[in-house]
This record gives sequence, C-alpha cells and structure tokens, in this order.
Amino acid sequence: MFESILFYTLAAFILGFGVLVVTARNTVHCVVFLVANFLCVAMIYVMLGAEFLAIIQVLVYAGGIVVLYLFVVMLVNLKRGPDAAPDRRRQSRVGFVLAAVMLAEISAILVYSAARPASAVAAAAATPLQTVGNTEVVGMLLYTDYLIPFEVASMLLLVAMIGAILLAKKEI
Amino acid sequence: MPAWLPPPAVLAHLGLILVVFNMLVLSAAFMVWMERKVCAYIQDRNGPNRVGFEGVLQPFADVIKLLFKEELRPKAADALLFAIAPVISAAAAFAAFAVIPFGTSTTLWGLLDQPIPLQVTDVNVAVLVIFAITSMGIYGIVLAGWSSNSKYSLLGGLRSSAQMISYELSYGLALAAVIMLAGSLSLREIVLNQAGTWWGFIPRWYVFLQPIGFLIFMTAGVAETNRAPFDFPEAEQELVAGYHTEYSSMSFAMFFLAEYVNMVTVSAVATSLFLGGWLGPFLPDWLAWVWFLVKVFLILFFYVWMRWTLPRYRYDQLMEFGWKYLLPVAVLNLLATAALILWIG
Amino acid sequence: MLTSYVPIFIFIVIAAAFAAFTIVFARLVSAQKPNAIKLEPYECGIEAAGDARDRYSIRYYLIAMLFVIFDVETVFMFPWAVSLGKLAVFGLIEMLLFLFILVVGYFYAWRKGALEWQL
Repeated sequence: MFESILFYTLAAFILGFGVLVVTARNTVHCVVFLVANFLCVAMIYVMLGAEFLAIIQVLVYAGGIVVLYLFVVMLVNLKRGPDAAPDRRRQSRVGFVLAAVMLAEISAILVYSAARPASAVAAAAATPLQTVGNTEVVGMLLYTDYLIPFEVASMLLLVAMIGAILLAKKEI
Repeated sequence: MPAWLPPPAVLAHLGLILVVFNMLVLSAAFMVWMERKVCAYIQDRNGPNRVGFEGVLQPFADVIKLLFKEELRPKAADALLFAIAPVISAAAAFAAFAVIPFGTSTTLWGLLDQPIPLQVTDVNVAVLVIFAITSMGIYGIVLAGWSSNSKYSLLGGLRSSAQMISYELSYGLALAAVIMLAGSLSLREIVLNQAGTWWGFIPRWYVFLQPIGFLIFMTAGVAETNRAPFDFPEAEQELVAGYHTEYSSMSFAMFFLAEYVNMVTVSAVATSLFLGGWLGPFLPDWLAWVWFLVKVFLILFFYVWMRWTLPRYRYDQLMEFGWKYLLPVAVLNLLATAALILWIG
Repeated sequence: MLTSYVPIFIFIVIAAAFAAFTIVFARLVSAQKPNAIKLEPYECGIEAAGDARDRYSIRYYLIAMLFVIFDVETVFMFPWAVSLGKLAVFGLIEMLLFLFILVVGYFYAWRKGALEWQL
C-alpha cells in the first residue's frame, strides 16, 4: 500500500520533470529538471532494492553526465534556442516517428511478457536480490559472467575520450 | 503513551536526527569562531573577544546581523535558480553526514527496549552514498555562479566545479582502497574492522595500512570543500568572492554554512575510514563518541591551520596536480593495495 | 532495505527546509530598499559591461568529458574492491587489462595537452 503510493508519486514526479525538461525555455533550467528527474529515478531503484544502481544513477548520471551537459549548455551559450531551428514541422514529424518507435518497443515488451508463462515472471520477480548488499553480487556477476562486456566497456570509454579530445583539438 | 504516537524507537530515531542536525549547525558556528581565533593567533592578534567569553558568541552575532541585511538579487539574474542554489548547497552539505556513525549505540538509560545505533542511518552502501552526495554539491555552486549573471560569479562557479570534479576521482579511488581492506561498504563495519591493536600499542587504524590513501583522501577532501590552499572559487584577489559574489543576507549565510558543514563531514569521513571512528582507549562504550569528536576536531584544526599557513596555488597548478599526479597515484595505490591483499591473503 | 534510506531522505528534507525557511524569514524581517544601481552585477564599482554569460574556454568541456569517463572507471572499482577477496588474482588481472586500455587514453590525453592549463 505505502509502497505503491510512493511509486505512483515518484512516477508522477518523473513524468512531470520529464515534461519540464522538454518544455522549459531556458536550457539551463532543462538541465536542472533533468537532474531532478534522475534523482527520482534513483529513488525508484532504492525502492526496488537496487542500491548500487541507485548510487550509479546519482553518481554517474546526475553527478557526471549532467554536469557535462551543463558545461556544454553554458559553453555554447544559446541565448535564443528555438529560433535557430525554424523548420518546426520537420521537427514534429521526426518526433512522431520517434514516439511511434518507442510505442512499438513498449508494446513489444508487453506482448513478450504476456507470452511468457506467469510462473516464469513470478520466478523472475522473486529472485533473491540481496540480503547482505548487492554491490558484492554486482561485482561477482560483472567480473565473472559479464567479463567481456566489462572489458569492451573500457574500449568504449577510450573511444569517447579520444573523440572528445579530437573534437576540441583545434582549441588547444 | 497515547496510541496515535509512533513507537518509541521511531521517536527516538527522529530525536536523534534532530540532535545530529543541530550539532552540525552548532559545529559550523563553532568552526567559524575557531577559524577566526586561530587565524588571529597565527597573525599575532586577538581576534573576536567581545561577544561572550573570548568571542565564542561572535558567530551568533554575525547570524543576527546577516538576518537583517537586505537581500539583493541582480536584476539580470535567473530568479528561480538564484533562489534554489543556496538551498541545494546546504542540503547537499548536510545530507552526507546522515550515514556517518559517531558512537556505539544507546538505549537512552533504559528507556528503549532495543538499543539504537548512534548514527542517522546505517545503509550498507554508506561509502557510496557519501560519494554520490558529494557529487551533488557541485550543483549549488555552479548554479549560483551561472544564475547570478555576474562575471566573477560565473568564473568562480566554473572554476570551482571543474576543480571539484577533478578531485572527486582521486577522492573516490581513495575510498575504494579502504573498502578493499574492509571488504564492506558500510561505515559502521569499516569502523568496527579497525578495532584492536598491533603489538598492544598501535591501533589497527587504516591510516597505518593506507598512508598514501589517507594523504590522497585529505588532499582531495581539501579540494572538494574548496579550502585553502585550493580555495579558488573565492580567490578574493582575482574573483572577489567567486560564486557567491552576488549573494547577501541569509542566502550568503547558507553558502557559508555549507562550506563549514562540508568540512565537518569530510573530517568525519576521514575519521571513520582512516582513524578508527569512535574507537579509542580509556573511555567506556557509552562515551565512545567523545573520541569521535576529538578526532574530528583535530582534523578540523589541521584544516584551519593549513588555511592560514599555506599560500594559494595557481589554478593551472591545481588542475595539473589533480590530473597528472594525484589521479595516477590514486590508481596505483589502489592496484598496489589489491596486489598486497592478494599476496598476503 | 527500503526503510534504512528514509532517514537520509528526512535529513535532506530537514536541511532544505531549514535553509529555505531562514532565507525566507530573513527576507521578511529585513528592510528591502532596492534601486537600479544596487541591482547591477558587481564589477568593482565600475559600470557593468556586457553580459556575463559569455563563451568560455573549451577546457572546461574537456575536463567534464574526461571526468565522466574516469568517473565510470571509478564506479567500476567499487564492486571490484568489495568482491576482490572472492575474485582473487583473476580479478586483479581483469582490472589491469581494463585499466591498461584506459591508461592508453590517459596518455593520449596527456600528449595532446588536454590536461594542460597553462596557456
């Protein structure tokens, strides 16, 4: 009871902040609403018992990536945002296509989970997530079963680093 | 006891939260006084000595003065962000203290059936919570700088946030080295792991196992809290007062409060991770928190001492030091710790 | 699990409410007599020139980008540090491999001068 009230409140906040991110006039305001949005998502992770994921959400997304956004927004310093892209009709068409793709994806997930036997869903939901702290569980999984993705992630980070330096190279 | 009241354990917990909050506010006031007094003695003068005994009440007089000051907001400022930036700063500063244990546990002289631990809350990823909340503190500063629409504020905010994110990495890596030794992310467990002594007289504090980690943590902590010799956000000769140049009255006081609470929190984290938290000889269990206070006070005193002794770095030196020296050393320290743990077993 | 986080939330709310309350309270009790000159941004007494929100050095972008990358690296360190005991030497080798690739990027950044601040 209490949990579902909390969940729906948080969901409402997440949606509300999401709408504000898109509609706010000032880009810095957008970024601030995005932080608020991420923090609410982190709280949902806490509710699910996924503490480590919640911390990552705050640390990497809200505390790292959004700081980067903020720097970029302040760096390019858009004084008048929307006028720069006068072709609004094209924007809205692209928007509709993206929304349709998203909807298809969500319905695919729905169909998929409906097609699975109920017992499998229940079993997945009942998997013991954590008792002593799931950071250890995450660590064991990441460094044994998901070893290759972990090492590939370092390549991804390397590419991102080199890309950023190349982009900014002329200025240095 | 009336039925509508929550159970005594919950009430005691709420009471504890309020006590911790008030202690933090008071410790910030005490720090302001101590800073001025120590600074004065270092500079061979008396410092505040009119309000109360040796000027102890000076911070409160300052608060009352600030309370009645006019609150100004530059007309080109962003009203919303200008208003919430000090609130974000203060909230982030206080929040990190919530997971720090400062004593064993108490039943309040038998009033409670179950003892409650002396800590706002014991979460099993406490170290990560501190790290995450620290990373949120940037927003107060960068938004204050941007929303003021003043050149000094913007430059101060930018510099400060770049400095904080640069040192956050070494800060996190120093935390990771201690976590590896303790094998736990809970601060209470980390402190309890430091109980006992080697050869009967050296306490098993992690500072002896992680001397380099401790130095990295303290250096990064000074940079994170924007204290001298890394106090660039408010390098007064070049940036007036940095990100809070345009703030006045209580909004200014909130930034001031946040700075001192951050110092207290960093010292408390250092105490828990490296200096054995509340553990210490001679005192009975229920007075163990006195050791915690003593250790935190010593680190805070060191902070103040450093501020009035060392000259400020140059900004390029600071950034290069963070990225070219501190970060590689922190990574190597972590790897060396891992190798040693595996070797010794 | 969930309940141990409630006190943190309460603590944040108390701190934010305290800050907001004192600021609003100070506004109510203090004299407010603004005028055009008081509301100018501070520029050492000289009349304010231009907008403060100008473009600034690309270095800040680079630092933020490098921070995000190394932040992710640091985050990978935590679960590794906690479970090192079970992973044993295998874990150390994995992490060395991971770090080796990042160190390549780090030296690239160093050589390209992304870590230099002196102009």
